[in-house]
Amino acid sequence: MIDLAIIGAGPAGMAAAAEAAGRGLSVCVLDEQARPGGQIYRDVDRAAGTLGAILGPDYAHGATLSGALRDSAARHVTGAVVWAIETDDAGFTVNYTRDGASAQIRAGRILLATGALERPMPLPGWTLPGVMTAGAAQILLKQSGIVADRAVLVGSGPLLYLIAAQMVRAGTPPLALVETPARGDFAGALRHLGGALRGWRYLMKGAGLLAAIRRAGVPRYRAATEIYIEGMDRATAVRFRAGGQDHRIGCDTVLLHQGVVPNTQAARSIGVPHLWDDQQRCFSPVVDTWGGTAVPGVFLAGDGAGIGGAKLAEVAGRITALAIAAEAGWITPAERDRDAAPLMAARRAEGAVRPFLDAAYPPAAAPIADDTIVCRCEEVTAGAIRGYAKLGCTGPNQAKAFGRAGMGPCQGRYCGLTVTALLAEATGQTEDETGYYRIRPPLKPVTLAELAAMDAPHKDAAE
Amino acid sequence: MKPAFHEIDPAPVRVAVRFDGQELLLPEGANLAASLLAAGIVSLRDTPVSGAPRAPFCMMGTCFDCLVQIDGVTRQACMTEVAEGMEITRPTREAADD
Repeated sequence: MIDLAIIGAGPAGMAAAAEAAGRGLSVCVLDEQARPGGQIYRDVDRAAGTLGAILGPDYAHGATLSGALRDSAARHVTGAVVWAIETDDAGFTVNYTRDGASAQIRAGRILLATGALERPMPLPGWTLPGVMTAGAAQILLKQSGIVADRAVLVGSGPLLYLIAAQMVRAGTPPLALVETPARGDFAGALRHLGGALRGWRYLMKGAGLLAAIRRAGVPRYRAATEIYIEGMDRATAVRFRAGGQDHRIGCDTVLLHQGVVPNTQAARSIGVPHLWDDQQRCFSPVVDTWGGTAVPGVFLAGDGAGIGGAKLAEVAGRITALAIAAEAGWITPAERDRDAAPLMAARRAEGAVRPFLDAAYPPAAAPIADDTIVCRCEEVTAGAIRGYAKLGCTGPNQAKAFGRAGMGPCQGRYCGLTVTALLAEATGQTEDETGYYRIRPPLKPVTLAELAAMDAPHKDAAE
Repeated sequence: MKPAFHEIDPAPVRVAVRFDGQELLLPEGANLAASLLAAGIVSLRDTPVSGAPRAPFCMMGTCFDCLVQIDGVTRQACMTEVAEGMEITRPTREAADD
């Protein structure tokens, strides 16, 4: 039995592991990827030279975290896909698969640092080959040094500017930037900025990215509506309305983005309560100042606990590690409070910009057309979900019974929020009343062969 | 048709794999989904419901659109590294619906 199992080796997980191990706890980090970094710092240890220059210094910062994890006494299990977390009186059993075999570890406490997912952006044609998330384009660049040659970026949010600027630096500017926020969103958001210095730093970074995009001659369309992705077997063009005119841009790749939302699957599966966050337009787990939850021994940090970005996740990971160390008796509450004080201040400063970003870059407001697929796996349309509501369906779990929405291999990750929104709109209930899919293990598909090849916990611990 | 993606610094060490019977030379140890895209492969599977083509969407193991069969086992291409001699096929309807 170890003191702490951390799920996820992104900024929160890496920072928490190094901090907790440094305080004396036995720590194991489980992560699906082959190398640390999470999605934001994906493969940061390998991106040098040309790629490092394209990706920039904010990305390179991740190497300080992966370095601290490597230098710590924490054990890092790579390629580990966690599919179930079980609770008992003595602690937790984490079930995962790795290299085609299942394995378990036992831990006294659990820190979920599962990060974020792209907010679903259902549009006509978004299931076509050639349509990807903007985050996917970033991952292609970070991990594989691959860029799209003829891409159109569609949606809302600073990540679109970042990936566009990185594509410019890579010598392959996108064909266009098609943005959905209404003209008033940005101006209205400025009031949230207040005097926060960090906020102005973000604004300056955004302005710098936009200047680079403009210099590269990338056309930028604002307040775009009626967006369609054309194509039969693959995406071939994006059509939309902007500035009172119809536009059509031929392309091979469409990159969608309208912000990120917490990846709540693991937390929901062990009963952590979630509530609708109207500012961020998503469900977030209910956590206290320290990342503690209503489930004893279960903690959350980073974007999985509410979107705040990589720097905030790093700070939150350390704060939660201190809380866990104190709860487990490795440090006193006084030591925890003393060491957490500067981190709490940093978190407040870092978080000051969020209300501005959330208001300036909202998800697209236009209603989803009836024939647009919302559940990609089972190919259930928005019209079908609205039809279930007419038949008396009041929540996402019932919608599964009506038409399999959310029952495919992604287990609702890319339709859950859309289905909740469609049902809430149709029934007049709030998002909290409408609810979300009940998440049960296995969190990721696991095969019988993987189960049959189960490593016993004691054997795994000796690895 | 020209691939929709290109490698900024093409990897020097490449190994042979087969996708749907077609031999491809991909960078050893690279992300399989990314390498297939850069090799000009447009779609990796057809959906079990309507038979519509699908390709990598999230690149982080969450959407499952990049399911393929590798040496007979259904796997996510974006969570797999290229290894010499991989026999990659489009998953059968049953396998993709697991």
